[in-house]
Amino acid sequence: MSALEVVGTSKIFNQGTAKQVDALVDVNLTVNPGEFVSLIGPSGCGKSTLLRLIANLLEPTSGSVSVNKKTAAQARLDQDYGMAFQQAGLFDWRTVSKNIELPLELKGWDKAKREARAKEMLELVKLPEFADLYPWQLSGGMQQRIAIARALAAHPPLLLMDEPFGALDEMTREYMQGELLRICGETSTTVVFVTHSIPEAVYLSNRVVVMSPRPGRITSVIDVDLGSKRNEDTRAADGFFRSITAVREALRGTHAEHAAANAIRGVEDR
Amino acid sequence: MSGVNSAPNSARKVGRVRQIGPAIVFGVAFLALWESAVRGFDLKPYFLAAPSKIGEQFFKNYSRIWEASAVSGGNALVGLVVGTVLGVAMSFILSRYRFLGELVTPLAIALNAIPIFVLVAILNNMYSITSEIPRRVMVTLVVYFIVLVNVAKGLTQVRSTHVELMRSYAASEFAILRKVRVPNAVPYLFTALKVAAPASVITAFVSEYFGGLQNGLGSRITSNIANSKNAAAWAYVLGACLLGLAFYTVSIILEGIARKGEAK
Repeated sequence: MSALEVVGTSKIFNQGTAKQVDALVDVNLTVNPGEFVSLIGPSGCGKSTLLRLIANLLEPTSGSVSVNKKTAAQARLDQDYGMAFQQAGLFDWRTVSKNIELPLELKGWDKAKREARAKEMLELVKLPEFADLYPWQLSGGMQQRIAIARALAAHPPLLLMDEPFGALDEMTREYMQGELLRICGETSTTVVFVTHSIPEAVYLSNRVVVMSPRPGRITSVIDVDLGSKRNEDTRAADGFFRSITAVREALRGTHAEHAAANAIRGVEDR
Repeated sequence: MSGVNSAPNSARKVGRVRQIGPAIVFGVAFLALWESAVRGFDLKPYFLAAPSKIGEQFFKNYSRIWEASAVSGGNALVGLVVGTVLGVAMSFILSRYRFLGELVTPLAIALNAIPIFVLVAILNNMYSITSEIPRRVMVTLVVYFIVLVNVAKGLTQVRSTHVELMRSYAASEFAILRKVRVPNAVPYLFTALKVAAPASVITAFVSEYFGGLQNGLGSRITSNIANSKNAAAWAYVLGACLLGLAFYTVSIILEGIARKGEAK
């Protein structure tokens, strides 16, 4: 039983016009329950598009996406996944607690149940004393933790993240990576994580999916063998560096190929 | 308990005095300079009235100024309320049907940029000479466009992350309206009201210059000037200032209540 299955999926924007963009071509990806999978690649490789296809925020041009053995559309209706973005995207006019309650309100939960769950989630992200503050009173890292708490509030089996730590400083970022692993471990959540950072992808993931642009596609999938218990020592382990090198080489391959293709077409690479 | 509280309270009072102190000192100094200039250069009352004379006239005519303020203020208030209600209603319709917005918004902005209160002359022709309606319609129009442009912006210019997030929750358009667009538009509404409230007072008494009933602040100012009662005219101007300030203050207080606990 897989948590997520993408089969032969393509996404073409502005099909049949001069502005046609082959954002994704024939993508296949299976993610197992509890697995942490990162999508990495240069800009325009379609990693965010793939995430939005999984989230059913975009419809595929061809192929199929299933989440939890349901269609992506049904999974969205059932709130089978939570989502976090680069911007925390908290609502300024809601307290921290009310922000976390938002997905539960939309599910029609009653007040007492919502408040109890918000409290539980705040404890999970270790910010229980901030319930009644407003988002602007929190640091960027704290806001992002609240966004994760909100994404997981309904206890979805799948978490989709689009460069959630991209706007944070390096120190906060490493701390957040550790926290994310702990939270997902405690809740046994499956994660699909879009990132630009090779060390981040390696530190977090069981598998790193390397993608390449024009047309957007998966070029290789690299298994990261660092075990399930990861901590700050992991960042100094030999396996960590080996995996980083493997991902880097895979990315370089796509880059070289990409540059060569452009040279043939006579297109300048930005 | 009171002993514990009194220290920060008095500290806050000192802070408040420091904040508004300079403004008060400046205002008093300005009035003193004015008064001494009138006396020192022996300026004639028809050229510039002294603040002391204006004050005297203000208190002498207090009840008349109050009545005239009630008339102009009443017109402004009616127009402000009706214009706000209509503006908010229309902005909901425009945000729902975007193509209408594209048609109406440029027109609204253009009308906002020209001094449309000259329309009151035409409105005066349409209604009886003893009617307050033309002035109220004028205020309504001015307020309506200010509110419409701002609130429509607040309803449509929501952060894309928020909309994507709501769609990921499979939220309906109505839920997005209620939980994202409307709260997002609230600060825009109060920004509009802060502009519209003083504008409504200005429109109400400028409208009086175009004829009709002679019972408001604007017409009293003209009639006093016509009778060379400059100090009395200034006293009515003072009334008009206070009325504008009152409207502005109320809009700020309302904003404070509506956005309690929020940023900025």
